[in-house]
Amino acid sequence: MDNDRLLIVEDVEVSYGNIQAVKGISFDVRKGEIVAILGANGAGKTTTLRAISGLHKIEKGSIRYKSFEITSVPAYKIVSIGISHAPEGRRIFGTLNVRENILLGAYTMQSIDDERLHWVYSLFPRLQERQNQLAGTLSGGEQQMLAIARALMSKPEMLLLDEPSLGLAPILVKTIFNVIKEINNAGVSVLLVEQNARLALQLADRAYVLEVGKIAISGSTKDLLSSTKVQEAYLGKKSNR
Amino acid sequence: MNTFFQQLVNGLTIGGIYALIALGYTMVYGVMKLINFAHGDLVALAAYIGLTIFMKVGTSSSGLSILLIVLIGTIMIIVFAGMMLELIAYRPLRNAGAPRLSAVVSALGASMVLENGMMLLWGPNLKIFPSNILPSSTWSIGGVIISSAQFFIIVSSLVFMLLLHLFINKTKLGTAIRAAAIDQEAAQLMGINVNRVIVTIFVLGSGLAAIGGIFVGIYYREVYFNMGWLYGLNAFVAAIVGGIGNIPGAMLGGILLGVFNAFISGYVSSSWSEAFTFILLIGILIFRPTGILGERVAEKV
Ligand SMILES: Nc1ncnc2c1ncn2[C@@H]1O[C@H](COP(=O)(O)OP(=O)(O)OP(=O)(O)O)[C@@H](O)[C@H]1O
Ligand SMILES: [Mg+2]
Repeated sequence: MDNDRLLIVEDVEVSYGNIQAVKGISFDVRKGEIVAILGANGAGKTTTLRAISGLHKIEKGSIRYKSFEITSVPAYKIVSIGISHAPEGRRIFGTLNVRENILLGAYTMQSIDDERLHWVYSLFPRLQERQNQLAGTLSGGEQQMLAIARALMSKPEMLLLDEPSLGLAPILVKTIFNVIKEINNAGVSVLLVEQNARLALQLADRAYVLEVGKIAISGSTKDLLSSTKVQEAYLGKKSNR
Repeated sequence: MNTFFQQLVNGLTIGGIYALIALGYTMVYGVMKLINFAHGDLVALAAYIGLTIFMKVGTSSSGLSILLIVLIGTIMIIVFAGMMLELIAYRPLRNAGAPRLSAVVSALGASMVLENGMMLLWGPNLKIFPSNILPSSTWSIGGVIISSAQFFIIVSSLVFMLLLHLFINKTKLGTAIRAAAIDQEAAQLMGINVNRVIVTIFVLGSGLAAIGGIFVGIYYREVYFNMGWLYGLNAFVAAIVGGIGNIPGAMLGGILLGVFNAFISGYVSSSWSEAFTFILLIGILIFRPTGILGERVAEKV
């Protein structure tokens, strides 16, 4: 059913100068799903998310959200359409305090929704305690929480997450992944870029594996977890052939 | 001791003017990482416009209402000029993704256009700014002489700085400006239209430059077509001293530089004041390249 599909990416190609980073990929995200994009360094995962949120112009193909063609919508309009992006490297506003960062997430809203603010703080109680602290002085894990919290303030229907586990201690990764699940349970569809394939495959419903700008493998995470190819290449398991 | 306080008053007056002008440099730099070389010329243009409006409405009478008309009229025209500057000289380059150097060349070009335009309109000779725009009273407090112009300039510079500070720190648009100055892409992901932010800083910067230009006219009483370079350069140095891109830094840098200049004039010689300005600049660049308030909180990645 087509109206089940929230985001449709079709034959998208993206280049930096002469170098093609994304070489014609197609995938979709359905309502309520968590979809993971996996792949090694430089595979084109970040580029794909940046193309969706309008930060980078695509060369070919189309990106549709609900029934809107968003291919050439400027980046600052994407969030009010319902897509929120917590970018690679967190990109929080370091010299603003935590509260200002969170409120900026609701920049497109007429007013701050208290209920939403409470929900976000209940997901990350640590941020509430540190409201008045400069965001740049937060620990790496707290900064990641802030990036996600900020992205939720616009009440998105779809959340783009770029390597939320990067550089975090395993225990914190667990926490963040549990929160992602909770966000998803609240009805937000998630497109999750990850290098931590094992965790991502446990969390997501479906996954696409990118290899040098192309989708090499795709399918339900259940199938991928049991696929020998995926196990060898991404989960570090040796097959006993 | 009298010299000290007298020069302090003089320095605060010049410093207030420098600070108002420096804010325009620093705000544009903060968001666009561009030195808007045409900013000083807007100051000169403001002085001419103020003079022209005053000649039309105020030659016979003076008083607060005339001063207000001159200020508001000039601000409106200079703000419009500043917006045009951004739309014509900078935005097309930004949209084309041109390298930063192109924008610098465009800034220099805009500065030349403005200067030559002013020379064509008002001629190459110095014009005298009327003295009766403010009452010519002076007060003497313990031997230190304060003119009404000085009092007016010091107080209103502080008021305008306070207003800007409140706008930047307490309003939604002000927060958006700070966010865009930190990370334009992340700001866009929040839904912030960076072009709108840039227009806003040009409006604010040009408005303050307009006020600065009128104050230059009132205080120095001379207007000439290329005076933008002199005041622009001093304000630019002030912005660097305070930490370019940093708004409180521009305020502090402006006032410090004004007071510094005044003390050099008072205790050394006014002909040395520019040389000392550059010694100060070089000293700051060597010992504190980020300026006095320019230190950023390290961002962990
Ligand atoms: N700004 C840029 N200029 C030039 N090339 C770039 C730029 N950004 C990315 N690339 C190139 O595009 C390719 C894809 O990069 P991308 O950042 O999308 O990879 P990724 O899958 O997110 O990798 P990682 O897991 O390391 O974050 C890489 O070869 C990279 O070198
Ligand atoms: Mg990446």
